[in-house]
Amino acid sequence: MTPATTSTTAPAITVSGLRKSFGDNVVLRGVDLTVQRGEIFALLGANGAGKTTTINVLSTLLRPDAGTATVAGHDVAADAPAVRRTISLTGQFAAVDEILTGRENLELVARLRRVPEPRRVATGLLERFGLTEAADRRSGTYSGGMKRRLDIAMSLVGAPSVVVLDEPTTGLDPQGRLEVWATIRDLADAGTTILLTTQYLDEAEALAHRIAILHGGTIIANGTLAELTALFPPTTVEYVEKKPTLEEIFLAITGSETRES
Amino acid sequence: MFHDTTALTGRLMKQITRSPDTIITVAITPLALFLLFRYVFGGAIAGSGGANYTNYLLPGILLITVASGVAYTALRLYNDRTKGINARLATMPIARSAVLWSHVLTSLVSNLVTAVIIVAAAFAMGLHPHASVGGWLGFVGVLVLFTLTLTWLAVIPGLTASSMEGASAFSYPLIFLPFLSSAFVPTDTMPGPVRWFAQHQPITSVVESMRLFLDGRAPGDDLWVALAWLVGLGALAYALAVRIDRRAHA
Ligand SMILES: Nc1ncnc2c1ncn2[C@@H]1O[C@H](COP(=O)(O)OP(=O)(O)O)[C@@H](O)[C@H]1O
Ligand SMILES: [Mg+2]
Repeated sequence: MTPATTSTTAPAITVSGLRKSFGDNVVLRGVDLTVQRGEIFALLGANGAGKTTTINVLSTLLRPDAGTATVAGHDVAADAPAVRRTISLTGQFAAVDEILTGRENLELVARLRRVPEPRRVATGLLERFGLTEAADRRSGTYSGGMKRRLDIAMSLVGAPSVVVLDEPTTGLDPQGRLEVWATIRDLADAGTTILLTTQYLDEAEALAHRIAILHGGTIIANGTLAELTALFPPTTVEYVEKKPTLEEIFLAITGSETRES
Repeated sequence: MFHDTTALTGRLMKQITRSPDTIITVAITPLALFLLFRYVFGGAIAGSGGANYTNYLLPGILLITVASGVAYTALRLYNDRTKGINARLATMPIARSAVLWSHVLTSLVSNLVTAVIIVAAAFAMGLHPHASVGGWLGFVGVLVLFTLTLTWLAVIPGLTASSMEGASAFSYPLIFLPFLSSAFVPTDTMPGPVRWFAQHQPITSVVESMRLFLDGRAPGDDLWVALAWLVGLGALAYALAVRIDRRAHA
């Protein structure tokens, strides 16, 4: 499947000066970021940092208090329908209809997205995600990893050019995690732009071309792994010289001494 | 919009056909009440105009059926909301109204199926309707309107409740309301304030209209009062539900 092409050459995602509060809880205090076409971009942040809030604005679920966001050049506030045709969101928790089979879930999305030949599209995705044998079982009987795969497959119906994954591996066992990583890499190889959020530093390191760290309501660091590594003060006395991990960079920037695991 | 509603209604109908116990569960309590009133209390109460008591009971039993049936609409919506399905649909390029209408149409179909079961049971209990085709149309029309109104009411807790119990709790007073109406016994024998309430609450006019249609008579003012209540409450619930839904999905 090739990603749907859009006429503009704008970046896949731009976010500028994004602010959002829930009551007194100021979550985003001016978030800026740009995701280029075809890259894997990781938005890294601790639990409660505002990753889901940012993503909900991008996928038209939430209106920001201030700031703008565009997806493939379409403004999320002014042209929500165009954004919805371009982007697809895999939420933090698998959103599959557990009473329907895997195939029915996929065919439903295909029909709603008005993709021709829903059955053929579903068959293709089931095969690609290793769900062919489970295709006609209720998705409620699937394992966590299988549900996650179905969830991602549902997001890929109609080959959206921008795919947003909110904590795609949280709650998965190591095997499921590796499967999802492989899926994300395949997608990126096929030219899809991917924005993913994660709390795991190693996940951002392993997958992303570029990483932004969301902390205290703003992006405190943004760049390639190499660029972020350069921000880290050079190692001093050590028996074995080693590159700083992203975790160390994160700690150096945020100045925190402890981190929840 | 039509295309989206059809696809989404198909999804919800599959949920129902795959757990037909939903329809049976909904039918069981009203059927038990029907039997209880008809055979246990029936002898004592039957002074209600000497007419066929099964005929007399049927409208009220149907309203109780619908009142408990719509709780499932609230539950299905609650589920879709808490399982992220609503959010997923909101990020897709589909008509937003299609999502709510798919729940409403599903409610209509499943409640009518349950109603058919109840009417079949009524025939077994000696139902003897005098309605012409027009009368049946009126009877079914009022029932459909009643179901639509209660379903739009059910959408509100479905969209707002923070627990499953909370989502379905609204239906208990609705199920109870027919007991304080002319559904089971004439209102004349009720004590003062109860009688006043019974004579002025919407269930009584709905029941009376359906009863007259069933008896092959033309309901006069009762029908207009019933329609005014149902259309008024329904429009209010619809407006509120759509508003809440818009708020939830910017
Ligand atoms: N709908 C909401 N209403 C009120 N507070 C919210 C809502 N959504 C998120 N929050 C709050 O905003 C903060 C950021 O949440 P979220 O964006 O989900 O963080 P993350 O995804 O990074 O874990 C949290 O403090 C959370 O409690
Ligand atoms: Mg989150």
